[in-house]
Amino acid sequence: MNAPMTFGNDNVPSSGRERLVVIGNGMAGCRAVEEILARDPNRYSIVIFGAEPRVNYNRIMLSPVLAGEKAFDDIVINPTAWYEDNAIELISGDPVDHIDRATQSVIARSGRVEPYDRLLIATGSDPFIIPVPGHKLPGVVTFRDLDDVDKMLAAADRGGAAVVIGGGLLGLEAAHGLHLRGMDVTVIHLMPTLMERQLDEAAGWLLKAELERRGQTILTGADTAEIIEKDGQVAGVRLKDGREIAADIVVMAVGIRPATGLAKAAGLDVERGIMVDDHMVTSDPAIMAVGECVQHRGTCYGLVAPLWDMCRALADHATDAPSGYLGSVTSTKLKVSGIDLFSAGDFSGGDGAEDIVMRDAARGVYKRVIVKDDKLVGAVLYGDTADGSWYFDLLKKGEDVSDIRDALIFGQAFASGGGALADPNAAVAALSDDAEICGCNGVSKKTVVDSILAGSCSLDAVRSTCKASASCGSCTGLVESLLSLTMGADYGGARTVKTVCKCTSFGHDDVRRLILEKNLRAIPQVMQELHWTTPDGCSSCRPALNYYLLCAWPGEYEDDQKSRFVNERMHANIQKDGTYSVVPRMWGGLTSPRELRAIADVVEKFNAPMVKVTGGQRLDIFGIKKEDLPAVWADLNAAGMVSGHAYGKSLRTVKTCVGSEWCRFGTQDSTGLGVKIEQMTWGSWMPHKFKIAVSGCPRNCAEATIKDFGIVCVDSGYELHIGGNGGIKVRATDLLCKVATEAEAMDVCAAFTQLYREQAWYLERTAPWIERVGLDHVKAALFDDPDSVRQLAARFRFSQQFSQDDPWAKRVAGEDRELHQHLAEVRPFAPAAHPKEFA
Amino acid sequence: MMIGDWLDIGPTTQIAPGNARTLPVRGAEEIAVFHTMRGEFFALVNACPHKRGPLSQGIVHGDVVTCPLHNWNISLRSGEALGDDEGCVPTIPLKVDAGRLYLLREAVVGRREQPSKAA
Repeated sequence: MNAPMTFGNDNVPSSGRERLVVIGNGMAGCRAVEEILARDPNRYSIVIFGAEPRVNYNRIMLSPVLAGEKAFDDIVINPTAWYEDNAIELISGDPVDHIDRATQSVIARSGRVEPYDRLLIATGSDPFIIPVPGHKLPGVVTFRDLDDVDKMLAAADRGGAAVVIGGGLLGLEAAHGLHLRGMDVTVIHLMPTLMERQLDEAAGWLLKAELERRGQTILTGADTAEIIEKDGQVAGVRLKDGREIAADIVVMAVGIRPATGLAKAAGLDVERGIMVDDHMVTSDPAIMAVGECVQHRGTCYGLVAPLWDMCRALADHATDAPSGYLGSVTSTKLKVSGIDLFSAGDFSGGDGAEDIVMRDAARGVYKRVIVKDDKLVGAVLYGDTADGSWYFDLLKKGEDVSDIRDALIFGQAFASGGGALADPNAAVAALSDDAEICGCNGVSKKTVVDSILAGSCSLDAVRSTCKASASCGSCTGLVESLLSLTMGADYGGARTVKTVCKCTSFGHDDVRRLILEKNLRAIPQVMQELHWTTPDGCSSCRPALNYYLLCAWPGEYEDDQKSRFVNERMHANIQKDGTYSVVPRMWGGLTSPRELRAIADVVEKFNAPMVKVTGGQRLDIFGIKKEDLPAVWADLNAAGMVSGHAYGKSLRTVKTCVGSEWCRFGTQDSTGLGVKIEQMTWGSWMPHKFKIAVSGCPRNCAEATIKDFGIVCVDSGYELHIGGNGGIKVRATDLLCKVATEAEAMDVCAAFTQLYREQAWYLERTAPWIERVGLDHVKAALFDDPDSVRQLAARFRFSQQFSQDDPWAKRVAGEDRELHQHLAEVRPFAPAAHPKEFA
Repeated sequence: MMIGDWLDIGPTTQIAPGNARTLPVRGAEEIAVFHTMRGEFFALVNACPHKRGPLSQGIVHGDVVTCPLHNWNISLRSGEALGDDEGCVPTIPLKVDAGRLYLLREAVVGRREQPSKAA
């Protein structure tokens, strides 16, 4: 600990004042001086060194200057007169070269020497520059001081395109300013979520959507490879995936690092920042430090709010009334006009932490507060930040919120209504009769209540009679409150709809319908628009949504690998010991010497402990390690084999018998038809696994009547059967229809498959689906309109264009390589005790 | 702050958010290192307390991973099974510094009697 020190008379200059030298004329340095002067204006004789040739200004207001909302004069904090009035000597444009602690003096670049009794380092931070090729080209700028803003304004005057590297707070403010100044702006962000340190995925998605709506291009998950040069100037940016974006100016706003050079050279303790104690004193008791250059209790701050607390503690210490700085809880607001965004505290969850989420799709609002041990520990707000300061206050004070917990998410006005009003039902009861309950259909409270009194005693009944909550569903909670208030104990409260999972009140059918109706294109968008109650879903809804979007938008939706179950992510079947089994495709169950040799070679080469013939007429190679999978696939690919999808919620196999080609009972070419059908259907993603079989005669050797789609050949044509499966609950198929030709059989197969893909719930096989909706429904959907089969089959074939890429070949070519590689390997007893990194 | 020897296991960019990767350890249990959608990193022994399923291959949501074998939900923060399931997998203290991931060495190479919470 550094107790405040009083310096001996020897050190006091003739003026009777101690000499305080401040390095840094920025917000921290000047604020510290202001605080000291407010406590004791006569104690110090003060000298301030500033690197920029101008008076002190409010750096965080540079964004509005860039955006044209403010001028430089508006953001000056201390004009020249302030320095004069307080007898402060400002040395600008002559930066400090080094600190000589032995003689207690600082030496400027010009050679000027300033002795000190106390020294304050407030050097702030430097922008971080990614050292990619071209980072020193003219036209590459940072966003740190007024000179940077001037460079951006000059570029904007010439017009053209700007690339901002970094989708954090600073980068987005720079992008906003340049966009307002008329440039075509592209933001390149390494992480998948904008402002990921302040926002969760849901809020980050809303922000991205809004910026894109305004005309900016936002590329997330984009890694810069180099800055392209033309004629000695910046011409654009090339990403590691090969994309190129033309640019007349490139703004690097990827982050800041504490400016610790002077302190380090002077031998002070420095880690990420200059180490200070609670009184902002460094390892040298005569030297203090404050602002973004310091590290206090392990934390470096990059925001302005902590400065004020730090400066207070520093001034208390410097005037012999030590108080101490205990660290800051910070909050963030984005200074982009028209975008309301607030984040504070810890929103990463944690043991015992509970998320309370409220979404209002119609208003574009997402609110999430995190409660732990009856206290608010974090908040993320988008679209409506009115309660941000209230939440921030609760958070800083650490108040017990258990009494208002249920109403917390509705904000201060509601939660502080106290007692009765904190009960959501009471709040609904207090609404007037003409208050609008359902915005989509314009239904008032009175209409809903009348409908309930007239006998609509369930949510579904209310939805069908008065249409309240029948569209977007965001007023479901209100309607349920009204049911409960109106019916009292008679309301069972039970919902009849089976929801997708605990994250939502919607059932599968509603989700699928709304994805199409509302044109929803991404998982975070579905979660926002349909009011998911968790920030990023769970292991039940993520794979379901991924499938529903894939099915709804073939060729457009980008598959989300992290929402896939392990087998579909690894394109192999995980076994109980964590190894995988590999099943190459054998069309219709046919194989050849070449394929068999390749399989035999793989088994030997990779020491596979077992090979087994499967029920679907394939060979299954067991015991393959995840890191060996690409090599196994490469060998199988080389023999002409592709993925058998034995691992997927997808078409598995088409099983056949030998049919008329060999069998004395065979009526049609069942093997040939099976191969054709497998070539048509392989690779398609489904709600669940899907098996097909073709038998050449009613003896049914291919067991077609316990398959999802089965064909039994007869003399006069083809009997088509649906909805069978083996498994725990065996179900024989229902006869769907009989057709005369192979082509018709294939069309109906494609149409039925597509109907199942479009209508079944995720993880529902054809058998329970048909039991649920009824065979008549399926028949009607296929045959009532004579054009249905053609249309469904066309949709199936269209979507197949995008799914018939062999996923094994892509992995062999290097796609998603990291899924198969270890991060590193630790060999604790090897001579070099450091992990070996893989290339 | 945890005192001890920290093992540098490489840059944070090696693990995309929502994913996990593995770190085999000679003479000790394989470790799974997770990167959540919210940008946090965690390290756990790569074996579910139920039937030792490889947690690294599960779906990550919030700060939970769902085991790929039987859908147990495991807290990445504490290693404990959630819901009605009971069991706990050891966690390995992890820190992120200047874009690199570090694991507490003694927790990596053994001595896991007292699992600590990941940083």
